[in-house]
Amino acid sequence: MAPILEIRRAYKNFGSAEILKDINIAVQPGEFLVLVGPSGCGKSTLLNCIAGLENTTSGAIFIGGQDMKGVSPRDRNIAMVFQSYALYPTMSVAKNITFGMRVRGVDQATKERKLREVAAQLQIEQLLDRRPAQLSGGQRQRVAMGRALVRDPALFLFDEPLSNLDAKLRVEMRSEIKKLHQWLGRSMVYVTHDQIEAMTLASKIAVMKGGVIQQVGTPSQIYNRPANIFVADFMGSPAMNFIPARVYRDGACAKVEIARPGHAPLVLNHPAARDLPDDVIVGLRPEDITEAGFRPGSEVQTVECMIDTVEPAGADTYVISHLGGRQLTARLHSDTKARPGNTLPLAFDLNKISYFQPESGEMLN
Amino acid sequence: MTEQALAFTLPAVRSRQARIGRVALRWGLHAMLVLFALYYLMPLFAMVTTSLKSLEEIRTGSLISLPRQITFDAWRTAWSSACTGIQCEGLRPFFWNSLLMTVPAVIISTVIGAINGYVFAHWRFRGANLFFALMLLGCFIPFQVVILPMARMLGLMGLAGTLPGLILVHVIYGVAFTTLFFRNYYITVPRELVRAAKIDGAGFFRIFWSIFLPLSLPIVVVTIIWQFTQIWNDFLFGISFSQSGSQPVTVALNNIVNSTTGVKEYNVDMAAAIIAALPTLLVYIVAGKYFIRGLTAGSVKG
Amino acid sequence: MADWLERHVPKIIVAPTFAAVLVFVYGFIGWTAWVSLTRSRLLPNYEFDGFIQYERLFEAARWYTAMNNLYIFGALFIVLSMIIGLGLAILLDQRIRAEGVLRTIYLYPMALSMIVTGIAWKWILNPGLGLESMVKGWGFESFSFNWLVDPKMAIFTVVLAAVWQASGFVMALFLAGLRSVDEEIIKAAQVDGIPTWRIYTAIIIPSMTPIFLSAFIVLVHLAIKSFDLIIALTGGGPGYATDMPATYMYTMAFSRGNLGQAASSAVVMMMVVFAIIVPYLYSELRAKYD
Repeated sequence: MAPILEIRRAYKNFGSAEILKDINIAVQPGEFLVLVGPSGCGKSTLLNCIAGLENTTSGAIFIGGQDMKGVSPRDRNIAMVFQSYALYPTMSVAKNITFGMRVRGVDQATKERKLREVAAQLQIEQLLDRRPAQLSGGQRQRVAMGRALVRDPALFLFDEPLSNLDAKLRVEMRSEIKKLHQWLGRSMVYVTHDQIEAMTLASKIAVMKGGVIQQVGTPSQIYNRPANIFVADFMGSPAMNFIPARVYRDGACAKVEIARPGHAPLVLNHPAARDLPDDVIVGLRPEDITEAGFRPGSEVQTVECMIDTVEPAGADTYVISHLGGRQLTARLHSDTKARPGNTLPLAFDLNKISYFQPESGEMLN
Repeated sequence: MTEQALAFTLPAVRSRQARIGRVALRWGLHAMLVLFALYYLMPLFAMVTTSLKSLEEIRTGSLISLPRQITFDAWRTAWSSACTGIQCEGLRPFFWNSLLMTVPAVIISTVIGAINGYVFAHWRFRGANLFFALMLLGCFIPFQVVILPMARMLGLMGLAGTLPGLILVHVIYGVAFTTLFFRNYYITVPRELVRAAKIDGAGFFRIFWSIFLPLSLPIVVVTIIWQFTQIWNDFLFGISFSQSGSQPVTVALNNIVNSTTGVKEYNVDMAAAIIAALPTLLVYIVAGKYFIRGLTAGSVKG
Repeated sequence: MADWLERHVPKIIVAPTFAAVLVFVYGFIGWTAWVSLTRSRLLPNYEFDGFIQYERLFEAARWYTAMNNLYIFGALFIVLSMIIGLGLAILLDQRIRAEGVLRTIYLYPMALSMIVTGIAWKWILNPGLGLESMVKGWGFESFSFNWLVDPKMAIFTVVLAAVWQASGFVMALFLAGLRSVDEEIIKAAQVDGIPTWRIYTAIIIPSMTPIFLSAFIVLVHLAIKSFDLIIALTGGGPGYATDMPATYMYTMAFSRGNLGQAASSAVVMMMVVFAIIVPYLYSELRAKYD
C-alpha cells in the first residue's frame, strides 16, 4: 500500500540556522504518527512544511503519492488543528466550520448536511450559534476539530492541540482524539512535547531533537528499545536511570561493575553484557527496580541501597537512592516500608537493562 | 477605574494624627487637580465669554468676567461677514472647504492604511521591514522640507491651489500614520488565524474581508478621529498650497484675526476661533477615549 | 498565473505607497537638499553652487535668533511639559473619582488647532485687555504682563501656550505608563513597607524610561513643527523676536522669494530632527526585528 504521506530527505534552513536535517518519514493510510520532542526540535516546523505553510529548503514531500512542491495548503487535501484553536473570532461556530466550504463555493444543502454530521459527531450541536469567545477551552477545541473534520481530508494535522488545556481536560480530550481516530480510520500527524500523549495516541512515534529524527517506531519499540540515551531519557516518566559502569569479561561470564565510593563496587552478573565495550552506561527504568521479593524474574539481582528520599505518589511510591555517582529512582508499591536514611534491598531486573555508549549515547544491545 | 491602588491606604491601626494628615493630603491632592483643571479651562472660558460680549463690554470688562449682556452678533459676523483678506464672507465658505478637504482625505488615507497595515502585519516579503522603517522615518520629517518641491509638483500636475491638491497632500503624508496604526493593531491577531484561513482555502483579499475587517472597528474609529483632527487642524499645508478660493478654515481664521485692517474686533476673533475649533472639539468630547487611544497607539507601544 | 499573482499581491498592494514615500518624502528631501546647494531665488536654479546658502544662513542674524529661539523654546517646552505631565499623571493615578472628567479636561487642548491656541492665548496675554488688565482690575495696579510685545520675553509666551496645549498629552502617555507597571512588583514593595513616594521614585519612574523616550520624541517633533502657533500668537514678532526656523523658512519661501535660503533652512531643520530621531528609531527597530 502506498504511504499517504512520505517525506524524503527534507532539510530546512532559516538563514544560517538548520531547523530540519535529513528528515525521512512515511505514514501509511490510517496510521497515527506523533512527532514528539522538546521545544525547538523542529516538530512544528516539520508540520508546517507538510501543510504547505512553510517551504522546505530541499527534499520532497508527497501526499497521496503526489509531489507537493509548489502546491498551496488548500490544495493538499489536509486539515489542521492548531494549539490556540485559531477560531475566527467574529464568526459563529457554524460559520467557523463552514467557512472553508463557503470559500470553495459548496452548495447550501451540502454545507448544512456536513455541518449537522460533524456537529453531531462532536456533540456541539447546541453551540452552533455561539461565538468563540463564549466557549470554554474544551468546546473551542471541538469546534476546531469540527472545522478540520468537515473538510474530509486525506490527512489530519494536529499542532499541540491540547497544550492550552488544563490537566484534567487534557486527559479527556486525549481520549476523544483517540476515539475519533479509531472511528474515522483516517491518517493523522500529531505534534506534541508531551511524551504521555505520544505514547497513548500514536501508532507510530518519531522522536525529534535538534531537527534530527532520533528514532521512528511503535510506542512499544520506542519505550522498550530506545535507539539512544536521548530517546530513553525523553520517553517515560519518571525518566530512566543512567549509571556509568565498566564491563569485565570472565570467560563465559560478564560482570558489569558500578563504582561506589567508600564501598566495594556493585557487580552485576550479566552474561548478555559479554559483547559490550569496556565503558558503558547502564540504563534501567524505575519500574524495573523493585523491592526484593516482589518481582519474580529470571535475571534479578538484589542490591542493598541507601534511601535518600521517599516520594509517595498515590498508587506507587518512588524511592530515590544513589548509585555510581548518579541518582537512582525505583518504583515501589505504595505500601512499602522504605524510609529515608535506611537501606533497602532492591531488585534489579537485568533483562530490562539497556546499555548505551557513553560518548555517542547509542544503544548497544 | 484602577486596580493599582497607590492611594494613600494605611493599615487600620494608626494614630489620629496620621489620619488627619491623610485627609489633608487627599484634600491637597484634589485642590491641585482642580487648580490645573482651571488652568486648562480658562482659555476656553475666556474665548466663549469674550465672543458673547459687545466690543464696548470687552473694553470695560475683564478677561474672565461673564457678559452682562449676551449678544450673538460676533458669531454672526464671524460666520458670514468677517473679512479674510479681500473677501468678506466670514468663515462659512472656508468651513465648507475644510469639510470638502478633510472628509475625503480621512476616508482615503484610512482605507489605504488599513490594507497596508494588513500587509505589514501578516504578509512578510523581502524588504518589508526596510520599507516599513523608511515609512516610519518619513512620519518624523518636518514638513518644511517637502513644501517647496510639493508646491512645484502640484503646479506641474495642474492642482496648485485646488482642493483636490490639498486632499492629495494630506493623503500622501497621512498614509504613514494610518498604516502604522493598523499594522500595530493587526499584528495582535494571531498568525495561526491566518494559517487556518489559508488551509480553509481563503486568499489574500478573502482573509482581509472575512476576518480582519469585521474586527477592525476599534482601530478604524481611532484612525478616523486621529486623521480628522490632524487634517482639519492643519495650517502649514493649508497656507502653502491653497489660494483664496480653496483655503481651509484654519487659514481663513488666521486671516480674520491677523489681518491688520481697522478696529480689532476681539469678539469676532474669538467667535471665529471657536467655530473653527468646534468640529474637532465635538469629536473629542464625543469620542475622547478613542482619541487618547490613538495618541498613545503609536507612541507607547513604540 | 493565479498563483504568481497570489504570491505577489502583498507587494503589489503596498507598491503605490512605497512609490509615494520614495518620491514624496525621500525624493522631495533630495530636491530640497539640491536646491539648498544652488543660488535659487524666486525660481529654482539647478546649478550646483556649493554651500553658499548655508554660509549665508549661518551669517544671518535673523537665523541666529531663530535657532536660539528654537533651543530656548524647545528646552523649556519639553522640560515643562514633561514635569507637568508627570505630576498630573501621578496625581491622577491616586484613584480619584472624577478621573475621567479631569482627564478629558486636561487633554482637550490637543484637539485644537495650534492656530486656535495661538489666537486664544494672544487674546489672554493681550497687554491692556487680557490677563494684565484683569489682574490690575483686581487691585494690583502695578502688575505688568506685557511679554507679548516685549522682544526679550515674547518667546516665553510661546512656551506658555505650547505647554498648555501639549502637557495634557504627555500626562495621558505617562498615566498609561504608570498603570502598565506590573502590579505584583508594587504589592511586593508595599508588603516590604516601602512608602508610596519611594515606590514612585525607586520603582515606577525608572521603569518608565521607554515612555519618557516616546514623550520626548513626540515633544521634539512638536517643537520643531511649531509653525502654526507662532504665526497665530506673535506672527514671528515683535520684529523677529519670536522667529523660529519654521517661520524663517516660510518667509524665505513665500514672501522673500528666496528658494535657496528656504531650502537650506528646511534642510537644517530636518538635520536637527534626524539627529534626535534616527538613533531612537534605529534602536527601537533593532530591538523589534532582531
